[in-house]
Amino acid sequence: MRSVDREAQQHEVTPLQHGFDLGRRDFFKLLGGGMLVCVAAGRAVPQESGRGGFQRHEMPNTLDSWLHIGENGKVTVFTGKVEVGQNARTSLAQQVAEELRVPLDSISMLMGDTDLTPFDMGTFGSRTTPQMGSQLRKVAASARAVLIQMAAEQWQVPEAGLIAEDGEVRDPKSQKSISYTDLTHGQKLMKVIAAEPPLTNPNDWTIAGAGVPKRDGRDFVTGAHKYASDQIRPGMLYGKMVRPSAFHAKLTSCDTSAAEKMPGVTVVRDGDFVGVTAPDLMTAERAASAIQAKWDAPQQVSEKDLFEHLKSTEEKPTEGRDQIVKGSVEQAGSGSAKTLQQTYTVAYIAHTPLEPRAAMAEWNSGKLTVWTGTQRPFAVRDELASAFHMQEENVRVLMPDTGSAYGGKHSGEAAVECARLAKAAGKPVRLVWTREEEFTWAYFRPAGAIEVKSAANPDGTLLSWELDNYNSGPAGMGTPYEVPNQRIEFHPADSPLRQGSYRGLAATANFFARESHMDELAHELKIDPLEFRLKNLKDERLRGVFQAASERFGWGKNQAAKNHGFGIAGGIEKNGHVATCAEVAVEKGQVKVLRVVEAFDCGAVVNPQGLRNQISGAVVQGLGGALFEAIHFENGRILNPHLAGYRVPRFTDLPPQVDVVIVNRKDQPSMGAGETPLVGIAPAVANAIFNASGVRLRSLPMVPKGMPAVS
Amino acid sequence: MAVTLVVNGSLHQVDAPPDEPLLYVLRDRLELTGTKYGCGEGQCGACTVLLDGDPVRSCITPASAATGKKITTIEGLGNGEHLDPVQQAFLEAEAFQCGYCTPGMILSAVAMLRKSKTKLTDKEIISHMNGNICRCGAYGRILEAIHAAANMSRSTVDAKR
Ligand code: FES
Ligand code: FES
Repeated sequence: MRSVDREAQQHEVTPLQHGFDLGRRDFFKLLGGGMLVCVAAGRAVPQESGRGGFQRHEMPNTLDSWLHIGENGKVTVFTGKVEVGQNARTSLAQQVAEELRVPLDSISMLMGDTDLTPFDMGTFGSRTTPQMGSQLRKVAASARAVLIQMAAEQWQVPEAGLIAEDGEVRDPKSQKSISYTDLTHGQKLMKVIAAEPPLTNPNDWTIAGAGVPKRDGRDFVTGAHKYASDQIRPGMLYGKMVRPSAFHAKLTSCDTSAAEKMPGVTVVRDGDFVGVTAPDLMTAERAASAIQAKWDAPQQVSEKDLFEHLKSTEEKPTEGRDQIVKGSVEQAGSGSAKTLQQTYTVAYIAHTPLEPRAAMAEWNSGKLTVWTGTQRPFAVRDELASAFHMQEENVRVLMPDTGSAYGGKHSGEAAVECARLAKAAGKPVRLVWTREEEFTWAYFRPAGAIEVKSAANPDGTLLSWELDNYNSGPAGMGTPYEVPNQRIEFHPADSPLRQGSYRGLAATANFFARESHMDELAHELKIDPLEFRLKNLKDERLRGVFQAASERFGWGKNQAAKNHGFGIAGGIEKNGHVATCAEVAVEKGQVKVLRVVEAFDCGAVVNPQGLRNQISGAVVQGLGGALFEAIHFENGRILNPHLAGYRVPRFTDLPPQVDVVIVNRKDQPSMGAGETPLVGIAPAVANAIFNASGVRLRSLPMVPKGMPAVS
Repeated sequence: MAVTLVVNGSLHQVDAPPDEPLLYVLRDRLELTGTKYGCGEGQCGACTVLLDGDPVRSCITPASAATGKKITTIEGLGNGEHLDPVQQAFLEAEAFQCGYCTPGMILSAVAMLRKSKTKLTDKEIISHMNGNICRCGAYGRILEAIHAAANMSRSTVDAKR
């Protein structure tokens, strides 16, 4: 599949229509008695099961969220979303606690287990907060309504007068109260609800909206948390793959005899799949390197020819999806108008999650269980089912909160490999990719070239805007500015490297091109870059973050010191509104980012503490791709598959001052914040470098070897 | 072949070749999985443990090099219910996102703080900690946490060892 299709598919969140076989999962057996509340997606009819439990045929097949209120007062929330460091486990629990009116610590979150949680496409595209958050708020609010109804029945009073608070229902009139525990005691009750319950207004939030600490925080500081790579199973073995010499290489010969003689080693060969298992990791490594494999690799496009190749293989944009057309760009830009045309490029970069891909696989009488770090446990389950020609229900994927992903763990390579090894060995196997494997056999953020052509009146009014993006992707390619004539197109192309999602997708590239170009135009027109933007901007929320960031930064108030420069950039992506200001120093051929102010508006904030962490982390990560991260490759091989050769931001790259300004819009729906805070930093820094030095850098990374020599 | 190691105050006879990386011995043979693999090349600090109080990269340290020394892993910090001040400070500052770098960060910081007699500047902390990568970019909070820990009582590592 073309990467672009993959990207679109991965981010197109269709209504959840997956059949879910509740009959085979007896929740009450699992969780004890109590009440199970489900919300049916779409137009399913509300139903209620008899008190003796539920029958399978009573279940609509479109349930997409549920929670269980136990007899012990514990609430278990089931969601197919996963925690990859973005704090979803905490923020979702907060939203449930808020709507259900229970203390936060009574909630436990069961996430990303394909046997127990509802189907979910995956954790990406900043969908957890707007989609799953509001879903779970509905379930919880519905559950609260049911509990109130039960109390009303018990007391023979109207529901309207009752309130739910702190895990109990109260009747202010009679002063009676009854805990949820008592209401659900001895029950095995299941409620399916299709109604849209009224939700609590963010202005009235007490648990949601608060900066509560991250869940399981203690386990992270004590080392107790078990990541996928930490899973231990009785009798387990260690796996190790033998990798091809280059991408698309075919195995021509393979001598495994030396490896097979090593004690406890099993060699697994299946077509071009070659791997080993051993009782310990070092033996597995030695056995894998003792295998003499010969590979035949085709000639492949190298880095030096990349952009030419992308341009020459471009495909026509798909109408509608990959195209934005407004007015007529042909008519615009004549006479006294200022016109400008420039090309910007971005390199392939690697996600480099600190925990590489990892899996633990175990076969048990025809059933397969895999623990793995992935953003898409259900997709990985399907990948496994198809790889081994099995029914989906015979495969279970569990996702322990993972050592981050950043869009890089959508796929199940390690899971499939590990399961194959475990099948051959007849024992549970753990496979953890090496850093080099992660740098080579995962996928990359797409490289791309972006051409921008623009025209503006001498007074600074934009007249036309053309943008052609080759290969990097369509996300964020539209302009938030008011331009009467636009032609914006994404051109898919043949990528020499395997590419896929990356935090923020192509918005980083498209924002870099657009916001750099806006800066160039402002310079040509001799207008302050912020003023130029605001002059062409109506969107009230984007104006709001530009104002918030520039005020905190002191834009227009202070003069940059010698060799220092200020830059600004912003935009809207995935309903997040971001504006970033940066101050850099360009000295002795080096760029140092001294100060970053980022204002962000993602609607009503669920957890300001977690949000700040996300935003400042995104700024740091974004600086890597902006300044120095790049994958180098030649003829099907990665030339820098090590942290010594692929530079990621370290402590010394942390700007001495990072200010986060949260614009909390309680009147707006809550949106995700894992991605968009990353996309403004590269152009803000590019613009600041220009302001400091007069040198315009149009390729990411901008200064992999320091400032380029000025000709 | 057996290697004798003292880990978090307990003596272990481990049936491992002496050139096996200490990281593998700790994680796989002693099931102390708090020590993480991040690169296996001495570049990221996720595998940091203390040898007689000095931070080392256990991924490039053969087990034999650790014999006769006191090894401290993240599991050996603090005692029982009480966290080490550095752990406590990381927790309070929420100086992590995915948390994968956290054990290595904490141990590097513990080693630094135990040796420093004077108040550390940002610059000193940054240069000491620069071998530890946090890909989530939580450096700002980590710095904050280390300052906070420095202000708390001295690390309790000694008590545990
Ligand atoms: S795993 Fe040892 S330094 Fe990275
Ligand atoms: S918290 Fe994820 S690597 Fe540091």
